[in-house]
Amino acid sequence: MPLPLLGLMLVLPALAVIVLLFVVPLAASVAGAFEVAGRFGPTFGLGNFTKTFELYTADIVFTVLIVSLSTVLIGVLAIAIGGYLTLGENPRAVAVLRWLYRWPMFIPFIVVGQVLRTFLAKNGLMNNVLIGAGLITPLQAMSFLDWRGIVIAFVWKQTPFVALLVAGAMASVDRGTLEAARNLGASRVRILIEILVPQVATTLMVSLVLSFVTMMSVLSVPLMINVQSPTMITADIAFRINAYGDYGVANALGLVSLAISACAAWFYLRHSVRERA
Amino acid sequence: MSMTLPHAQHRAGLRVDLWWIPRGLVLGVLAFVIFGPLANLVLWTVAERWYFPHALPIDYGFSYWGRVFAPRGGAMESLANSLIVASLTVVVSLALAIPAGYALARLRLPFRALILIAFLIPQAFPNLPVYVNVARLFYQIGLNGTVPGVVLVHVTHGLVYAVWIATAAFAAVDAELEEAARSIGASALRAFLDVTLPLAAPGLLASAIFVFLESLDEFTGSYFVGAPDVNMLPLLLYSAGAGGNYQIASITALLLLIPSIGFMLVVERFLKSDVLSKVGQ
Repeated sequence: MPLPLLGLMLVLPALAVIVLLFVVPLAASVAGAFEVAGRFGPTFGLGNFTKTFELYTADIVFTVLIVSLSTVLIGVLAIAIGGYLTLGENPRAVAVLRWLYRWPMFIPFIVVGQVLRTFLAKNGLMNNVLIGAGLITPLQAMSFLDWRGIVIAFVWKQTPFVALLVAGAMASVDRGTLEAARNLGASRVRILIEILVPQVATTLMVSLVLSFVTMMSVLSVPLMINVQSPTMITADIAFRINAYGDYGVANALGLVSLAISACAAWFYLRHSVRERA
Repeated sequence: MSMTLPHAQHRAGLRVDLWWIPRGLVLGVLAFVIFGPLANLVLWTVAERWYFPHALPIDYGFSYWGRVFAPRGGAMESLANSLIVASLTVVVSLALAIPAGYALARLRLPFRALILIAFLIPQAFPNLPVYVNVARLFYQIGLNGTVPGVVLVHVTHGLVYAVWIATAAFAAVDAELEEAARSIGASALRAFLDVTLPLAAPGLLASAIFVFLESLDEFTGSYFVGAPDVNMLPLLLYSAGAGGNYQIASITALLLLIPSIGFMLVVERFLKSDVLSKVGQ
């Protein structure tokens, strides 16, 4: 059997699962987005999208802003953590950071939602500690359970994942180059930005794209943390289905968030094509 | 894995370390940001009464634990279901991901980048409308509300981790070792089973644990395909939290936390940097 054919045979079962259990229902959902109830049964039309943009434009913008802001913050923090783990000069501080940063990584989103809902509330532990430390007065205490809560939850949960991948890639960068740059008098920040980050760019991009699309599909965090409007697209989809059984608008919203995720994936593809060229 | 440059270590040793002030401050803030919320959760699990404006619980006790684990509390059933589903998900995912990962790492495949991206699809689309359609499909073929149905949904979701990490793990194994085994007469299958597979095992184990945790975490699919026949821990947590019962929600959350934190503490033993640097390439 020719090799490419054998390869395809090995990949086929896994691909079949994705196609049958995701792509087909996804196609049904996309088709459903264009299905408008008519007098003689469902017809093709853009009615769902008109309604979607009428009702949910603010939420769509809100979602894009929240997820983009979270992605940027995650990237910056992950580079800082990975950079310190690679270039840190104090072994004890590096060991402490290495032990510390990973804790939230595998905590499920639904647990993160529950944990931060109690922590960030007006009478939560965060405000209580700040008041106890004399940093704020009880009158200044405020609830973070709005868009800030969502960003905090996303950054809290996703940064360790990206930092782990980035730090792993940084550790496999040639030490000789780093030491040569250090001997020539380059500062650590400069080594990080000019040598390390470009070398791990692919890993960084992949992990950020993965985080971006993960955050786009999280339902539990906006439901549990953000109890007001505007909210995220996922919460709107759940609301359309639970409250109205309105699959048309729900599917249209799903298509909008697919388009947003596709932009992120396209960003990565363009980058990796350039890398291979 | 020492991360410091030798000459720099020497220099830092001579200086009286005033750097510990900013270092301690940053690490302290980080520790508060990470452990503060977790401490809050643990407090909630043992709080009998806790309301505004009290900074700490008024009474402590374990009465809610008794309620959660009582036969009618449903936690034991949910826990068992969650563990069964997660284990089956790992077995099915690895059976699919090992051949796929090997092919993607070693064989010249047409559309390789496209195939890798295909496994990302389930992570890239909000799962909610898809699961609604999956539930409708499963209902027709009698899979809705069954353990195999939930497992299939979780496999679809976890395959991106299984396939991407398996691909990276196989790519990190030196191809010459396999060629050497082939040249002294081993069949392709023998060389794979005796040489490549054992060397890729730590990475594969890591992907197995990723899939396991992903399955424990999964909420939306379990809700549409599993409930109310197959109850899982995240569903118990969500309904308790939505009902304002923070003690029961926190106890359930703690149960979900234990395996997650356990894996976090050992992840680097399985995921070496040579594998990590190949993820997604």
